[in-house]
Amino acid sequence: MSDHAAAAHPETATGLDSRKLAIWTFIGSECLFFATLISNYLVHKETWLSGPGPFPHEVWKSPAGQVFEPIIEIPLVTLGTAVLLFSSLFVVLALASAQRGNRRGLLTWLAATLLCGFFFVGMQVYEFTHFVHKGLTLKTNLFGASFFVLTGFHGTHVTIGVIWLLTLWILALRGKLPAEKSLNLEIAALYWHFVDVVWVVIFPVVYLIK
Amino acid sequence: MATTALDQRAHAASHAEPTGLWSWITTVDHKRIGILYGSTAFLFFLMGGIEALMLRIQLGTPNNTFLAPETYNQLFTMHGTTMIFLAIMPISAAFFNFMIPLQIGARDVAFPRLNAFSYWVFLAGGLFLNSSFLFGAAPDQGWFGYANLTSRQYSPGLNVDFWMLGLQILGVASLAAAVNFFVTIVNLRAPGMKLMRMPMFTWMSFITQVLLLLAFPVITVALILLMFDRFFGTHFFVPSGGGDPLLWQHMFWIFGHPEVYILILPAFGVVSEILPVFSRKPLFGYAAMVFSGVFIAFLGFGVWAHHMFATGMGPLPDTFFSLATMLIAIPTGVKIFNWLGTAWGGSLQFKTPMYFALAFIAMFIIGGLSGVMHASPPADLQQTDTYFVVAHFHYVMFGGSIFGLTAGAYYWWPKMFGRLLDEGLGKVHFWLMLIGFNLTFFPMHILGLNGMPRRVYTYPEVLGFETLNRIETVGSFILAFSFLIFLINIIKTWRGPRNAPADPWNGATLEWAIPSPPQEWNFAQIPAVHGRDTLWEEKRARGGKLPEPPRVSGQGIHLPNPSYWPLVSALGLLGLMVGVILEPHIGPWGIITGGVILLFGVFNWAFEPAG
Repeated sequence: MSDHAAAAHPETATGLDSRKLAIWTFIGSECLFFATLISNYLVHKETWLSGPGPFPHEVWKSPAGQVFEPIIEIPLVTLGTAVLLFSSLFVVLALASAQRGNRRGLLTWLAATLLCGFFFVGMQVYEFTHFVHKGLTLKTNLFGASFFVLTGFHGTHVTIGVIWLLTLWILALRGKLPAEKSLNLEIAALYWHFVDVVWVVIFPVVYLIK
Repeated sequence: MATTALDQRAHAASHAEPTGLWSWITTVDHKRIGILYGSTAFLFFLMGGIEALMLRIQLGTPNNTFLAPETYNQLFTMHGTTMIFLAIMPISAAFFNFMIPLQIGARDVAFPRLNAFSYWVFLAGGLFLNSSFLFGAAPDQGWFGYANLTSRQYSPGLNVDFWMLGLQILGVASLAAAVNFFVTIVNLRAPGMKLMRMPMFTWMSFITQVLLLLAFPVITVALILLMFDRFFGTHFFVPSGGGDPLLWQHMFWIFGHPEVYILILPAFGVVSEILPVFSRKPLFGYAAMVFSGVFIAFLGFGVWAHHMFATGMGPLPDTFFSLATMLIAIPTGVKIFNWLGTAWGGSLQFKTPMYFALAFIAMFIIGGLSGVMHASPPADLQQTDTYFVVAHFHYVMFGGSIFGLTAGAYYWWPKMFGRLLDEGLGKVHFWLMLIGFNLTFFPMHILGLNGMPRRVYTYPEVLGFETLNRIETVGSFILAFSFLIFLINIIKTWRGPRNAPADPWNGATLEWAIPSPPQEWNFAQIPAVHGRDTLWEEKRARGGKLPEPPRVSGQGIHLPNPSYWPLVSALGLLGLMVGVILEPHIGPWGIITGGVILLFGVFNWAFEPAG
């Protein structure tokens, strides 16, 4: 590819294609983006001045005898997490097929990745609506606000990944993603893995740790 | 006579270069983008300067009514925001653009179209921010935007909206550029240009990109949270809803302190180029210069709370941040001694760039020393919110960054435009700037220690502040006048002949090996590098002087295609942000239109053959 000049002089270049290096650089920067959002959540998660209940994770009975149900639905989100993790495997298989020029495998595994992505975004849409019905909105309290902003921005990243991979899937369908262009998919896959890894941090921090 | 010959040769070859407005709008050439960055940033610099002059007129006499308090707030906010985000950063970016590919022996940056996108987004952000003046709603909460000043309750107007969205746009530009230059320096160096052979300007720029990459996401999130507070009724920074205004300060300064090094490191790099060339000696302590730069950047992320001593964090954080801050004086001191060591015993050539570079060292030492004074919390508690702090950061930002960048302008002007700036006018500029600068900012130390508060639009007569304030105001006009001389110099040079040879200063780095101004492809042949100060090595090997490099036809050299999609994408982003700030009944349409244009632009960009 375009990096043959770089590969010839290993001491003055990484040998990586510049686009691949760029996505790694961008991912490094994104780490700070999510680190700030997660810190913000940790600062605010116990600020529950009003709203559906003081503890999002457990049943709580107030001294006046009022019972508050936990708002967080761990089973549903665990399923979503598993699906998202599997999508990382699928995109690796799609890339392996693309690199070998196996168009059928590429289309199949990329479609599987996309389905996982759609499922995850759908799960999040359902979860957000469910919270709003239970009376937890951005304005209700800071747990809600920091939860929606953190998971919302993660969801936005997943959505961008879905659009990106969908574009590549359509390209592959039209035969425009041959083996020598598999780097295009590899870059998108790196982004996709990163978005998954971020969720691996967010899931325990938000859903499992009380 | 030699000049006319050069002039003709330049003309004979220039027909190959595309001309006209469209060629600038669609350009992906890093040199043209550098010139666009520089000229735009210089205009914003003049605007920021005029804002400062208005502030100085207001403060020139006690109980002055030249500016209303509200206008005063808007002007000091816009002065700070403009100088940081629209002047110093993009003037540095102009040099990154023009010089990094030349210094590492590359034909362009890694992503030429992304580079164009960065510029257009920067321009969009600058226009967006300044358009607030047209609505009488310029930001008025200070460039640091402390909560609760920014809450809906205390700032119901559009002022803060313009500020937070404008900064968000500018952040996109900075991040895109940072990814681009990071990859360029890592991946596009010419054969032999090992990391520890890179010119010091490239090194310091490289560190700056890392700082940008790691600091900007933090302010992005802080601004997003502020946006949610203002638009969607969250309470992140609103105490009545359980929020914490201090959280803003932490987030802001985790970005804000590295930002200070983003502003100064490029100037460090410029001065480290100029001192060796005009001392006719290699840079003293090259490796120490590199590692002190890295160390400054690393420590820069661990000192943010020294901006917050007055908030009462307690003895432990105070001690930690105080010590970490004092620690930064060590690598900075290493740099200063290395600059002095470079000049020491050299055969000094007193050209204009050298004047500015030497003044940079002196002024930066003053600013650095007052910085160490603030590092001590008890001293800082006395100085916080007084003019002493204003004096400090103007000595590092103006005495440091602007002196360094001006030195760079005089040094690289012949390379960028093929014309040498006038030495006589340059020295007039220098002396006026040095005198004006010190008259303006030195008395602020005394006023600050005497208790004159910052950000207050006037002062009563009885406090005895007026004499020094009047001196400052006179000084600020001398300072402004010095830039008028600079403008005259630019115009005079512009109308003069192309008189610059490829290597007017006997430079040590690769940009001086090619014609002035460089041809579109920079290097007809990618150079091979055999050591530090590679051009000096080559000159020595060839008996002292290199022949003037010829202008070539460039046949067969592969260049990226021009593209207008970066501009379309930037316009989409601007439209989206305009939509966010508009009234609710039309705003969403703006957001949708802008978003669709952005998506359309990005897709066409992705599918356009890059060439």
